[in-house]
Amino acid sequence: MKNIFVYCEITEEHLIADVSLELLSKGKKLADELHVGLEAVLIGSDLKKAIEQLHYYGVSVIHYAENENLFPYRTLVHAKLVQTLFEQEQPEIALFGATSVGRDLAPRIASALRCGLTADCTSLQIGDHVDERKKETYKNLLYQIRPAFGGNIIATIINPETRPQMATVREGVMKHEPQPVKNTPELKKMNVGVLTSIEEVVTIIHRHIEPPKINLKSAQILIAGGYGMGSKENFAILYELADLLGAEVGGTRAAVDAGFCGHERQIGQTGITVRPKLYIACGISGAVQHRAGMDQSAKIISINTSAQAPINAIADYVVVGDVMKVIPQMIQSYKKQIR
Amino acid sequence: MDMNLKIVVLAKQVPDTRNVGKDAMKEDGTVNRGALPAIFNPDDLNALEMALEIKDRRKDVEVIVLTMGPGRAADIIREAIFRGADKGYLLTDRKFAGSDTLATSYALYKAVQKINPDLIICGLQAIDGDTAQVGPQIAEKLQFPQVTYVEKLNEADERQLVLTRRLERGIETVKVNLPALITVHASANPCRPKHAKRMLKYKHAHTLSELQDQNRDYTDLFKEHPYLRIEEWNAESVEADESYLGLSGSPTKVKGIESVVLTQKESKRFTDKDQDIDQLMKELLETRVIG
Repeated sequence: MKNIFVYCEITEEHLIADVSLELLSKGKKLADELHVGLEAVLIGSDLKKAIEQLHYYGVSVIHYAENENLFPYRTLVHAKLVQTLFEQEQPEIALFGATSVGRDLAPRIASALRCGLTADCTSLQIGDHVDERKKETYKNLLYQIRPAFGGNIIATIINPETRPQMATVREGVMKHEPQPVKNTPELKKMNVGVLTSIEEVVTIIHRHIEPPKINLKSAQILIAGGYGMGSKENFAILYELADLLGAEVGGTRAAVDAGFCGHERQIGQTGITVRPKLYIACGISGAVQHRAGMDQSAKIISINTSAQAPINAIADYVVVGDVMKVIPQMIQSYKKQIR
Repeated sequence: MDMNLKIVVLAKQVPDTRNVGKDAMKEDGTVNRGALPAIFNPDDLNALEMALEIKDRRKDVEVIVLTMGPGRAADIIREAIFRGADKGYLLTDRKFAGSDTLATSYALYKAVQKINPDLIICGLQAIDGDTAQVGPQIAEKLQFPQVTYVEKLNEADERQLVLTRRLERGIETVKVNLPALITVHASANPCRPKHAKRMLKYKHAHTLSELQDQNRDYTDLFKEHPYLRIEEWNAESVEADESYLGLSGSPTKVKGIESVVLTQKESKRFTDKDQDIDQLMKELLETRVIG
């Protein structure tokens, strides 16, 4: 069996993006289970620091292309390099971050290689598959697990025939777990000669990228509002409680779509996955896509007018009541008791 | 020299999974799809608007809507025409059933090839799957460049576009030569409303199958008003290789599906009385969860 490849995204600071480090952590576990190696794909400029970062993830080979024209990411050049590499190396599994880079690149490569790609997986596992009709057993496939069909079900997707088995994963879904022991991966230069055939049809004229403003992932306490908050104005009370507790404010997709908060605050399958010490769910009914992004929180409080809200089933504390009444009570009670 | 700019807008009819309020939620926390209306995929409306903005700026632009789906998906073609599209095609065939994104992109690619546009505009993603894969896969098959996450159209002429992309932490402005495929972000301009005059003119725009189902006499209608005919295509009419369609053309397979069963955690229940909230905050402070 061939190895597992992780496409490593490069940030403005010329470091490897968090989502890629998380994928390397998961990739190493999958590689160990399959008794294969983990290989990293690194394309960009000024890669010295990024290569050093890769000494802590159990990577056996780094395939790299370093050239000032290779940063920032551009579809056609990166796709050509990765496609050529995959054609040569025939990876068993290839993982990409579900970011504006990964979601631009991975489908283009899957199409060129005619192989399967599953978006926004919430879990990746190894398992077998028996095709009853073909009377064939497939060993050690990648189970690509994600909510589907509007959240009614969790689907396990497989690619029995095509390789690589490709998947994208959102930031925060996989745990970041560097290896305890440093190793020095083999460095292999990618063939940039293939780029001479590419016409420069897309030119970047201007680029403005800001440092991240909010970091939901590292917040110890998260206060999240759902559609039940009712309005953007009502979200103000969540920020007030957050300031008091040193918390961050997040929202469900429904709250984001309704304009109650910005999409950089979205928690869930298509937003960010969080594991805080305390998660306070306010006016959130708890669709499976939302729960996928927060059910590993250490403690969960649900505040909802409905005692039957699905989220209550996974909550440690359930307050049945109107958030607009309960949150001010919590603020008052906290101030009183902290004195 | 023919200077017409031909734009294909790819649109999809989807169940409205947004703003899933209490009505559409079942007791077990799953979504009741039957309670959800079929709508024009939201990002595809932003895509249509961008095409119409190009048409506003220039006289020689044709905006064609292409959708793949069952017969009732003709609804969104009519909606697009009411909002300003020139015409539409419905790509429909049982052979498409069970297609994953790769098989879907193949079918659409064959249909797009038949139209032979200079520019393809689609929504970034559809709300029923959120994969954002079909656009880039069609671009690859056509060997077109792609620009994804487009928020703003800055300049458009018959040779190139200048576009601003909305990325996670900022923006990027790019110039792309045509032909090209672009995918439009939800933060782009919202689509203009249906136009009253166009609604009157195109109210009776239908596919042949729709009229046959209603037992209407279509020969005279289409002869007198050819613009009312929404063209239907199937796998054969776009010359698609059947082995690339549907389940057999889909490398991803669904191994299993599991309903989501919530195991009830043992939880402490509180009312919204002041003493209850005090008790809750006291416990959180004592256990050092907060404070």
